[in-house]
Amino acid sequence: MSPAGVRGRLEALIGHKSFQAASGGRLHVLDRLALRLESGEVGALVGPSGCGKTTLLRIIAGLDQDYEGSVELPEHGRLGMVFQEPRLLPWRTLEQNVRLAAPEATDASLEALFCMLGLDAHRDHYPGELSLGQARRVALARAVAVEPDLLLLDEPFVSLDDALAARLREELAELVNSRPVTTLLVTHDVEEAIGLADRLFLLSASPARLLADVPVERPRAKRTAEELAALRREIACKLSNQPS
Amino acid sequence: MALRLLSLALMIAAWYVGAQLAGPRMLPDPQAVALMIVSEARSGALAFNLGATLARVATAFTIAMVIGSIIGLLMGRSRIADRFGDPWLVVLLNLPALVIIVLAYVWAGLTETAAVIAVALNKLPIATVTVREGARALDRGLDDMAQVFRMGAWMRMRHVVLPQLAPYLAAAARSGLSLVWKIVLIVELLGRPNGVGFEIGIAFQLFDVTRILAYALSFIAVMLVIETLLVQPLERHVTRWRPRTA
Repeated sequence: MSPAGVRGRLEALIGHKSFQAASGGRLHVLDRLALRLESGEVGALVGPSGCGKTTLLRIIAGLDQDYEGSVELPEHGRLGMVFQEPRLLPWRTLEQNVRLAAPEATDASLEALFCMLGLDAHRDHYPGELSLGQARRVALARAVAVEPDLLLLDEPFVSLDDALAARLREELAELVNSRPVTTLLVTHDVEEAIGLADRLFLLSASPARLLADVPVERPRAKRTAEELAALRREIACKLSNQPS
Repeated sequence: MALRLLSLALMIAAWYVGAQLAGPRMLPDPQAVALMIVSEARSGALAFNLGATLARVATAFTIAMVIGSIIGLLMGRSRIADRFGDPWLVVLLNLPALVIIVLAYVWAGLTETAAVIAVALNKLPIATVTVREGARALDRGLDDMAQVFRMGAWMRMRHVVLPQLAPYLAAAARSGLSLVWKIVLIVELLGRPNGVGFEIGIAFQLFDVTRILAYALSFIAVMLVIETLLVQPLERHVTRWRPRTA
């Protein structure tokens, strides 16, 4: 393994994670889960809704410390994260929102980022004046602007209409291609996962276990329709084979 | 605006009628009060006493808001602080203003410090309770966001926490300002040699209703100016990001 690969590697070994349920008792969410992403790889966590994908992402982000196991972040461990909701500060303008998270970002890099995401005209607008699609773009811009060592995306395109989600997916692919960064994407949409990721982690229903770790060999841009169809079949098969 | 003026005119008319019915000893008419204000202003006594009272209001208000908000923020964010501080809060909230004032004067003497502290202690628990409500309602999602992006403590306070607390701070300041000036008058009546409260105390001994009204109205006018020139513009600035409703 090259040193560069080790530097950007993400490794998460979760033995066990449970929550105190409101009704008393423990809710078992994650069970013996191991995943590893090499430097610059894009991984997708795919699994049914409510299986614990967000919990896993929060553990990796360091927002939840109450678990058994260990997480090794890429060197420096600078995080960029897109949450399920945009989570912008409503009382700061779009540009301020990005700059507050990424104080070191240069004017030129922000300029390029805003142009790429079509946000240039809205720099001085407040989040309340944006559509959901625009707000998601700002959240994406903020996560990328910090020049993260690890990019975490929690269903970043959920509750957008299909056309808009597809466009944002393309924009994200472009961003990730233009500056490779180790990325972990949470989604329940297999299409989205194979469109963006180099490696798919298929999770079972709660408590989430790793059903399969599916590497996608061909570079994203060169995947043919037949290869994608074969991949889809393979994933569908692995997802349906899980013991219930 | 027209409706406000009409309402105000009606109030003055009612005062005038009341004055005619009750006689000048019980309720002097608006003219007499206006003349009293002018003569007190000419002698310099009005400005001196208003200034003394205003200084006490400002000091006590600032102390109560700063300390009360810090405690409120702590209690709203930490369960332990909330459990620990709650009995103190209940005691302070239910302690009559007069008891705090009298005790402060007994323990610390008839001094300026005792007066200001007594007023601040009356206001403090109310600020704490209001800000605690705000701190309890802080958005967890934004906290997580700030943590993931490694914002420093000061940055979080300024850009994430304080803007969320702004409506609660404004509410505490609004109700606080009027409460503080009412209590300052009592403190002055009981143990200070100057200020609006002191003047009203003298006027009470002489049954000089004209003077009582003259000082009370002057002070209301001052507070109205502060409200329009200071509090309202500040509120507008803090809520500028909100989309306008209606």
